[in-house]
Amino acid sequence: MPTVTFVSIDGSRHTADARVGESVMAAAVRNGVPGIIGECGGNASCATCHVYVGEDFMPLVGPPGDLEDDMLDLAVSDRRPTSRLSCQISVTDALNGLAVETPKEQP
Amino acid sequence: MTGGVLVVGASQAGVQLGASLREHGYDGPVTLVGAEPQPPYQRPPLSKAYLGGAADSASLELRDQAFYANRRIDLLPAERVTHIGRGTALTDQGRVLDFDHLALTVGARARRLTVPGSDLTGVCYLRDLADAALLRRHLTRARHVVVVGGGFIGLEVAAVARSDGRSVTVVEAAPRLMARAVAPTVSEFYRHAHARRGTEVLLGAQLTRIDGEHGRVAGVSLADGTRLPADLVVAGVGVVPRTELAEQLGLACDGGIVVDEFARTSDPSIVAAGDCTVMPNPVTGEGRVRLESMPNAIAQARVAAATLIGKARPYADVPWFWSDQYDLKLQIAGVADGYDQVVVRGEPESEAFSALYYRGGELLAVNAVNRTADYLVVRKALASRTPLPADRAAHADVPLKDLLVATPAP
Repeated sequence: MPTVTFVSIDGSRHTADARVGESVMAAAVRNGVPGIIGECGGNASCATCHVYVGEDFMPLVGPPGDLEDDMLDLAVSDRRPTSRLSCQISVTDALNGLAVETPKEQP
Repeated sequence: MTGGVLVVGASQAGVQLGASLREHGYDGPVTLVGAEPQPPYQRPPLSKAYLGGAADSASLELRDQAFYANRRIDLLPAERVTHIGRGTALTDQGRVLDFDHLALTVGARARRLTVPGSDLTGVCYLRDLADAALLRRHLTRARHVVVVGGGFIGLEVAAVARSDGRSVTVVEAAPRLMARAVAPTVSEFYRHAHARRGTEVLLGAQLTRIDGEHGRVAGVSLADGTRLPADLVVAGVGVVPRTELAEQLGLACDGGIVVDEFARTSDPSIVAAGDCTVMPNPVTGEGRVRLESMPNAIAQARVAAATLIGKARPYADVPWFWSDQYDLKLQIAGVADGYDQVVVRGEPESEAFSALYYRGGELLAVNAVNRTADYLVVRKALASRTPLPADRAAHADVPLKDLLVATPAP
């Protein structure tokens, strides 16, 4: 089972077991990772699952889609080039070991 | 169990309430009891990804078992609370649960059809996982689906069934679709959008009977004499809040358990959250609304938890909703009750547009179809009480976010 590590602003790390095919957000929420809310259940409607993807994984994870791009523009504070909504990142075996940072606050 | 908080209803609101209590540092026992057999799960995908076969029941679970264990939330599934007295509740398993504080997150049930034939095999509802599982089985074998009710649930089911190749007719008693939730322009758009995709929509149509053969659905009859063939009837005709326990406790109920902006019932020591409640309109403060949505369940549960531990703060979230029908994403922010002006941005024919609602020039709400940016800007404007003047919002080629910056709050 791939694992995803969530690093919060204070440096604390939470590693979650993720199922292939589920979203990074879903893995976080199931495991009760702080800093990921995922209020809309993965519908790209709430932007409460914003993460910064680790640089080394960016080529694998890729850029946001159009709708997600709007969400990131308007709904998150402190957008960076590595910003993604974790509900839109699907877990694959290749993403095993993915590390993402959670922002200071979700909207 | 002795003392602590008893949360009745292992729902989205119930889980959030328990989790929020722990986040606030509440250290006493927390018991979450629910009648459904499975651990708490997400309901919104039932009429979307789950019904369409893209999600299974395991993927709907709200939290892992470890989540409850780590937070010392005592989860009691498959157990229905039948009686509540002062400090004590009784379940249908004969268990007695004592509590210091009580929270009701009991949700609502699907309103049932009452016309002759309503008990035939092949008449389905969609509220919980068991309903959805049954409907999914029926849907795989159905050819002619009649959906009774043109609200969110009915139209989402219609979209899944039609996308799956069934012949689908929507029978709506009101003169327009989703009449409670959207403006006439948006209703009209959805009527056309469904028709374009091959779903027949009948408005002002009154179901009088479900016809059967050998105990199974064979068709439906309408008041105007129309008869439609059907081997599956899905009713999405609204919900009835579960107020029985609240009534036992003598709490005020009026189309739901009445709560204030702190999620307190008429007995201020008892809180309630989610679909079972009616609350003061959070946008205008006038009148009461029942907000049947997951975001509201979460927001209200947080408020209720804060109230229980003595850190009361009023409900301050902007209500929001969404509905997925085919490739159309409808996003709603705010509450449009009492609007006197609608500004439409974009062309409905392009299947990407939004409708902004105003009252006396004040922004109330938005319905956005495949136009997430407008939805987000209005949500932000409502939350920050920033005006978005109607005359300027009407220019669809000007991004709404430009107004957010250009017109700071007075």
